[in-house]
Amino acid sequence: MRLSSLVLPALMLMASTSAQADAPKPVLPEPLGERCVEPTEVMRARHWEFILHQRDETVHRGIRTTKHSLKNCLECHVRANEAGEYPRASSPEHYCSACHIYAGVRIDCFECHADRPHAAYDALEHHGRLRTEDVKRPEEPQP
Amino acid sequence: MAPVRYATLDAGRPYWGLLVVLAGLLGLGFLGFLHLEHEGHWITGMNNQIVWGIPHVFAVFLIVAASGALNVASIASVFGRTDYKPLARLSGLLAAALLIGGLAILVLDLGRPDRLIVAMTYYNFKSIFAWNIFLYTGLLAVIALYLWVQFQPALERHVRAAGILALLWRLVLTTGTGAIFGFLVARQGYDAAIMAPLFIIMSFSYGTAVFLLVLEVTCRAAGRPLGDALPRQIKNLLGVFVSAVLYFVLAYHLTNLYATEHHDFEAFILNFDSLYSKIFWLGQVGLGSLVPLALFYGPKTRNCRSSAMVGAALVILGGMFQLYVIIIGGQAFPLVMFPGMIESSSFFDGVVASYIPSVWEFMLGFTGILISLIALIAGMGALGFLPEDLSDPAEAG
Amino acid sequence: MNFDPQRREFLKGATAVSTMTLAPGVMLYARAPDEPVTGAVRWGMLIDTRLCQEDCHACVDACNTEHNLQDLGRPETDAQWIRKLNVRDPLTERSVSMPMMCQHCEHPPCEDVCPTGASFRRADGIVLVDKHTCIGCRYCMMACPYKARSFIHENLDEQLPHAPRGKGCVESCTLCVHRQDDNDHTTACADACQSDGHKANLFGDLNDSNSEISQRIREFGATQFRADLRLNTGVRYQGLF
Repeated sequence: MRLSSLVLPALMLMASTSAQADAPKPVLPEPLGERCVEPTEVMRARHWEFILHQRDETVHRGIRTTKHSLKNCLECHVRANEAGEYPRASSPEHYCSACHIYAGVRIDCFECHADRPHAAYDALEHHGRLRTEDVKRPEEPQP
Repeated sequence: MAPVRYATLDAGRPYWGLLVVLAGLLGLGFLGFLHLEHEGHWITGMNNQIVWGIPHVFAVFLIVAASGALNVASIASVFGRTDYKPLARLSGLLAAALLIGGLAILVLDLGRPDRLIVAMTYYNFKSIFAWNIFLYTGLLAVIALYLWVQFQPALERHVRAAGILALLWRLVLTTGTGAIFGFLVARQGYDAAIMAPLFIIMSFSYGTAVFLLVLEVTCRAAGRPLGDALPRQIKNLLGVFVSAVLYFVLAYHLTNLYATEHHDFEAFILNFDSLYSKIFWLGQVGLGSLVPLALFYGPKTRNCRSSAMVGAALVILGGMFQLYVIIIGGQAFPLVMFPGMIESSSFFDGVVASYIPSVWEFMLGFTGILISLIALIAGMGALGFLPEDLSDPAEAG
Repeated sequence: MNFDPQRREFLKGATAVSTMTLAPGVMLYARAPDEPVTGAVRWGMLIDTRLCQEDCHACVDACNTEHNLQDLGRPETDAQWIRKLNVRDPLTERSVSMPMMCQHCEHPPCEDVCPTGASFRRADGIVLVDKHTCIGCRYCMMACPYKARSFIHENLDEQLPHAPRGKGCVESCTLCVHRQDDNDHTTACADACQSDGHKANLFGDLNDSNSEISQRIREFGATQFRADLRLNTGVRYQGLF
């Protein structure tokens, strides 16, 4: 369902009409791990550049480093609730969507890409071999 | 010769009423597009076997006809036939309108129409499709230039140069459109150099038919006098083009018939068993070519302008049938991977692919035609494309 | 879960040397995550149709599972990356069954015709669609001599992390590119054929003259589909007509 294509413009409209200083800020889920792959300010401004660059490197040259990969973002930033359920990209509880809905910037990454970390797919082991090796878990020391 | 006086269409209630009705229908078509875009192509009759369907028949027809609609302008400014000159502006407008409609269908049918910007920023220059993007948008620019020099009396001396540029451009463009199919090495119905000249002559035929019909209908509706001479000349020219298309089709099939390798495909198109074969003989050859030729040249009808209009309409219909046979028939015929062997699989190998077009595809096609019509009518309402008086010189006195 | 940080670290150390010695005389290709693919390898597949059985679909099932290709009950629009093709000679009645998929051509017609360059051939011979730049025009499907491609006709959900797919783009066999990038040099179909099928499907490096696939082709010969088109396919067949 491409519900987001209808919801997002509506939210964007709401956001812009109520874009005063007291407008509620998006609630971002607390990420896993100590710190991000880049300083927060850098990520806030340029995360899309990193992902875009990594996208071409991965698809065309087979580069599978994790530092700037979309998959790696999801590992820390998309967290399960108490019931162990992971939010979907269509939900404002999803890390990416929380901000993107707020900012009214529509992304189509998750029309094709998995929107949850690997752990969410572990139960689906019968769906073929999952790539887990390229995922940098927070337990690992950050470079 | 007295200077030709052009006038905009009378922007009265019928004019605006017509535009409102067309815009309403266009809105409906756009809703259909939104539904298609939202659901995906599974709601259409297109599938993994017939990947291009009715929308592409409409789109290719409009694009090819656009190129041919410039015939009249070319005859006037490149080949120096001054009697055609009053029609040159309309010829240019019609070409641009048809092209916009055809391109709109192609874009609206994309799997990712939201990525139009990608199509305009990423190019693979080995792809004839990529070249065509430039050829199509380029023709719009060339037509704009061509019309501009025609509208400026001071630039009259540049009309011929612009006309030559437009003529060459559209020849390259229709070559490119034919090459979309001609370059496909894999398919039995394509992979033929004759596709390029065939599409050129098809463009002459379709475009001239559309022009004749538009000229007659507009003059009647707008109450502009139109003598017999010009429609008769255009009708005779159209007859030559229709015959030439038949000749190219004959050459294509004769070449295929000679090679044993192509016999199965030829039987598929010619043996009157398959749907495509019936469309070929009854639709394309009979209704779309022989009947119009009889109307154009038959002793009883050759001087009847209404018969010529019927003939032109049939040429348009026959063109649609022809493109249906080329585009969809060419895909429906099973891809040969093992010549001479019998293939079968879960993916419809070895069987004639089925195609049942849905209402959504026809809506896309008619959306393109509506866009062309609106552009044409709005253009004639905004600027003086149509001469006030097209009476024969003797009558005009 | 096959997460193994130690193996990963080991492979990182192997950046400078792209091959490691597994046993004397046998070199195993491996690549670190930050190392781009090169033409040093050419991934390919060898199908021995004498072993392949018509009623066996282990490869197809494995591919569908690996990439979560779902059966939506619409065979005409459902995606098929690999299919079982049965071919019969009407004269001799010889009948052959084989898996059919993207043949990973050296000169892919899909790459030639793609207006945006979304269809491309990776340096290691894998033909892919960059779904970020695919506009869904389907010209590649018109051009492919093997009917190897599928267009995604509907919205998808539950895509797997290693197999992103979505509505409006064209896709086809990736030679399990995620496995190759993971230095796991098999494919789902070849694995399944070896374990559940009839050992008819062998994956390997066509550039390595010592690889099993190269040795077998050298010894017994192998055929390309539509060899007349001179596409130099990466998938080869034995025991045809």
